[in-house]
Parts: sequence; C-alpha cells; structure tokens
Amino acid sequence: MNRESLLIQTGWLALALLLALALTVIVALPSGAPPLKTIYVLFQGGLSSWSKVGRVLAGWVPLTLCSVGLLIPFTARLWNIGVEGQVIMGAIFCTAALRPFDDGGSAWVIALALAASVAGGALWALLAGLLRVFGRVHEIFSGLGLNFVALGVTLWLIFGPWKRPGVASMSGTQPLDISLWLPRLGNMSVSWVGLALAVAALILVYILLHRTKWGLKLRAVGENPKAATLFSLGPRRRLLQAFMLCGGLAGLAGATQVLGVYHRLLPNISSGYGYTALLVSMMASFRLSLVPFICLFFAILNVGSIQLPLQLGLDSSLSGVIQGIMVLSLFIVQGLRLWLKQRKETD
Amino acid sequence: MDTFALTIAAILMAGAPLVLATLGETLTEKAGIVNLSLDGSILLAAMAAFACSATFDSPWLGMLAGAAVGAAIAGVLGVIGIYLGQSQLAVGFILTLLSRDLAYFLGHNFSRQPGPDLGLWTIPGAGDVPFVGLIFGSQSPVVYMSLGAIAFCWWWMFRTEGGMRLRAVGESPRAAFGRGIRVRLVRLYYCLAGGALVGLAGGAYSLAVKPGWGRPQGCEGAGWIALAIVIFGGWHPVRTALGAFFFAALQVSGIHLQEIFPSIPAPVFQVAPFPMMILTLLAVNMGRMGWIQDIVRRYPVLKSLSKGWSIEAPAALGQDFNPKKGL
Repeated sequence: MNRESLLIQTGWLALALLLALALTVIVALPSGAPPLKTIYVLFQGGLSSWSKVGRVLAGWVPLTLCSVGLLIPFTARLWNIGVEGQVIMGAIFCTAALRPFDDGGSAWVIALALAASVAGGALWALLAGLLRVFGRVHEIFSGLGLNFVALGVTLWLIFGPWKRPGVASMSGTQPLDISLWLPRLGNMSVSWVGLALAVAALILVYILLHRTKWGLKLRAVGENPKAATLFSLGPRRRLLQAFMLCGGLAGLAGATQVLGVYHRLLPNISSGYGYTALLVSMMASFRLSLVPFICLFFAILNVGSIQLPLQLGLDSSLSGVIQGIMVLSLFIVQGLRLWLKQRKETD
Repeated sequence: MDTFALTIAAILMAGAPLVLATLGETLTEKAGIVNLSLDGSILLAAMAAFACSATFDSPWLGMLAGAAVGAAIAGVLGVIGIYLGQSQLAVGFILTLLSRDLAYFLGHNFSRQPGPDLGLWTIPGAGDVPFVGLIFGSQSPVVYMSLGAIAFCWWWMFRTEGGMRLRAVGESPRAAFGRGIRVRLVRLYYCLAGGALVGLAGGAYSLAVKPGWGRPQGCEGAGWIALAIVIFGGWHPVRTALGAFFFAALQVSGIHLQEIFPSIPAPVFQVAPFPMMILTLLAVNMGRMGWIQDIVRRYPVLKSLSKGWSIEAPAALGQDFNPKKGL
C-alpha cells in the first residue's frame, strides 16, 4: 500500500467517525443530553480509575473471543448470528461441570469447566450448522431462534432444577465457591487467565485462517461453493467445522463470564456480547488486525455507559446506539466511495 | 361455544400486529429487498407511537408517528442497500440493534407512564348476533386494520398494474428495466411502504395489544418471528396472514399451557415461539431437500401435493440492481 492511499483511507475513516459523531448528537438531542458532557461521562466512566480499566478489560475478553470466532464462519461467507446463544450455552455447560464441586476444587476443575464450555458452545453452533447444511434453514433464523432457546434453557434452569435453596430469582444460581473463581490480575476485576485466552484466540485464529491449508480451503468454499464441491473440498464438513470453532470460542466467552465476572449463572450472563461482537466484526470489515482495538473501544463505551443514569439521568443503552451508529456510518461512507467511483467510471 | 368465539377474538387481536408486520415485509421482499431491521423497527415504532400519543393525547396521531418511524428506518436501509450497494443483510441487522437501543434510550422518560390507547370499537347491534357478535361486537381497531390490510395487499399485488411492476422488479429487475420501469425507485417506494406497515405493527403493540411502554415492552422478538412467517407464507399475502394467525394461536394457547404445566417457570413460555419458528422453516424447506425429492420422484401422487406446499422466493431477492451496468 503506498503512502497516498493510506492517507486517503485515513481520510475516509475520519469522515465516517465525523458522520457517526454528528448522527449520535442528532439522535441524542431529543432526550436533552448535553453532547460534550455525555462524551466526557462515557470516557471518564470507563477509564478514570484502575478498577474501571479492569472492568473494561473484563468486557474486552468475551467480546474479543466472540468477534475473533466470528471471522472463521465469515471466511466461508456464513453469518453466525447464533453467537449470543453459544455464549449462553457455554456458560450453562460451564456451570453444569462445576455443580458437583460446590465445596471448591483445584485448577483442574476450572480447566474441566473451560473444556465443557467450549463443548457447549460448539454443540449449539453445530445445531445451527446442521439446520443450515441439511435442513436448508437460513443460518440467520436458526442462529437467532437458538439464541432465544438458549435463553429459555437458562431461565428454566435458574427457576427450576438449579434454583437457589429456598428462593428462585433473576439474580441467578448459588454463587460458586471462591476456589473456583478465575485468579484476578492484581486488584482489578479481570483475570489474567481470561486475557491469556483472548490473546491466544487472536493468534490461533490468525494462524488458522492465514497460515494453514484448512483456512485456504475454507476461503475457497466461501468464494465458490459449487466449485468447492467439484474439487472435493468437502464444503459441508468444512462449514460445520467453521461453525463449531466459532461456537467453541463463544462458549469460552460464556465461561469467562461465569468463572471470572459473575461467579454464577444468571439470565443476563451473555450481556449481549454476541450481538455486539457481530457489530465489531462488521466494523472491522472482518479484518483480524482491527478486531482487538474495536473491542477495546466498545468495551470502554459499555463500562462508561453505566455512569449515564447515575450522573445524567440518561438510559445506559446510549452505548449501543453509538456502536450501531458507528458501524452504520462506516457502511454509508463505504457506499459513498463506491458510488463516487462508479460515477467516475461512467464519465 | 362462547369460549371458542372469545379465543378467536383473542387470536385476531394477538395476530393483528404480526399480520401488519408480515404484510409490510412481504411487500418489501416482493420488490427484491430484504429488510432485516423488523425487530428493532417494531420496537422503536412502538416507543414513538406511545410517546407521541401520550404527549399529544391522541392515539391515532401515535399510530401515524409509528408508521413514519417504520418508513424512516426502511428508508435508511433502502438508500444504503439500493443506491449505495451495501449488503442489505448487514445494514438491516445493524439497524435492528441500533433501533432497539435507540428505543430504550429515547423512551427512557416514557417508561411506565400512563398514556392513551386505541380502545375498542363497538359496532352497534353486532353484539346481539350469536358467535360473530362475540368476535366482532367489541374489537380493537387494529384488528379491522389488519384484516383490511390483507385484502388490500392481495388486491394490489395481483389485481393492479402497480402490483405487476412490484413483482417484476423482484422477479427479474433487468427485464423490468428494459420495459422502462425505474427499478431502484420502485424498490425504494416498496421499502418505504413496507416499513410504514411495520411501523403500524409497532403502534398496534404499544397502543392496543400490549398498551404502554417499558423495558421490556413485550414485543421483543416479534420482528424475527414475522420475518420467518414471510418465508412460511411463501411471499403470498393471504398465506402469510394465515401464518401470522397460526403463530398468534400458539401464543394464546401458550397462556393456557402455562395453567396446565404450573411447574414450568413462566419465562420459558415466552421463548416457546422460537423453536416453533425453526421447525416451521424446516417443514417449509423440506420439499427442497435431496432425499425428500428422491421419494417424491418415485411416487407421482406426492408431486401434486408438493406443488401446493413448496414455495419459491422472488428470484432477485437480496440482489443488487445497477442500471449503469447495462442490460
């Protein structure tokens, strides 16, 4: 890439960010939000102390795991909208593996729980994949439907078989024994195990997609499924594998939520990270190198938005609004570029 | 007999917003555009409809606001998807998440506030008619609106020249363009019209079926079910509407099921429609699976049956059309 094109690219990116800022201000005005102060509160709420940075990183871990995972099926041009459900299933399997150890356990038990969560996420993704490959149900609907089913299973477990002795409530199951919590990084609420898992996932997926034959063949399946069948690349098997790998990583994200953040299973265990991860991967245009940084930015917004109701009386969903508008602005600017290019060609 | 009539009345009421949303999406998809933003659109329109009717104390103005919001979101999708050539699926999905969060953010001040609703229309004298009187004697205006919309959409799609153009741009945009139809503009119009109907569905939720605004409102997920019903209905307005009423019947019976199985916690029944959605999609797609086609080939009797069951999407669904690239 030469220098000029880099400059132009940065310019377009800046334009997209400006557009996003303008749109955010426009939609936030009716609720009487003072623009500058809102932005200040958002960032101050996410970065002003080490404990807040810890919470940002604790959100970065599952978001990165899910976003990185999403790149695998997308390489085969598949939309895994079911990540949210796969996170939840990972959390359920993780909790299930820990239930016999309510008196506490060693690091081996935690490793077992992590493995179980990977299996749970992969299984849920496999279900969506099977429906797609053998049942011709579009993966958007199967994935989305399974998200809601996973939520239903969580609710049933929390209010039914796994309810706390005495009371069943939205606050979840009985908390885990402290020996089963992921070890913290200093005094921060993030675990070094989670951080290590997220970084390892980044590296592994990079190697898998860009340095192995498997990744190359998966790309071929995505570019031209018919040719892939003729060249016996086994598209069906490969699609299912891609789904399962993504689901496994999403399941791991669920485990970091159970073991590292909430220390129990609760209805909101996924915190919507599955859906946010879809936004992240679209914002990154499915480029792995951008994913960790966008995840970090989105995690700061999420943690900072908790301060909005306290300090300004605004709803915390503003962080989701900003994230959505940013991705939308990027699409608008990309479209404008395309439109200008086409106009130039016809002239 | 009376309980049966009252159950039908309840199904018509619960199905009204679903019918409006599915008809809107059918119009849009018939023109070749996939509007995936339904779920968020319905929620944002529901919020706007409630906020507007609470502020101006006029529920019908609220319905209008809902329709405007639905059309506006569809317009954003239309412009980015049709003219700027971006992925309709991606933009639609972003708009779903964006509208949902926007609804909660902007609706913050209207949460759990009192506000007017559309109420019931009582037809004088109709209440005395047995059976029918129980269904239509005192019914919500959105029910009449949804029934009218079914008839209108069918008439427009299959009995007017405009409907012919609509099907043409969705089936073969190139041929339509050759005939002098402005494909992109027609698609944008149906995107807007479909979006307005989806917006009305949102208003129907917050002003009639589940009056009020809050988090959750109670219509979360309805948009995704509506999208699946459109496939179930094979992009035909009457069949689509029947599908919507079928799902409404499942929802209504879910309330009874809860009484039969008190040991199953209540929240579980809220997600019950989603496995149903997957199963119906599976059933609808059965005709296109290889092994089933083999069986059908062996027994010619099944062939005539499968004709009625199998469905075809508009041929150019989700595909870009660029007139500059020539015919």
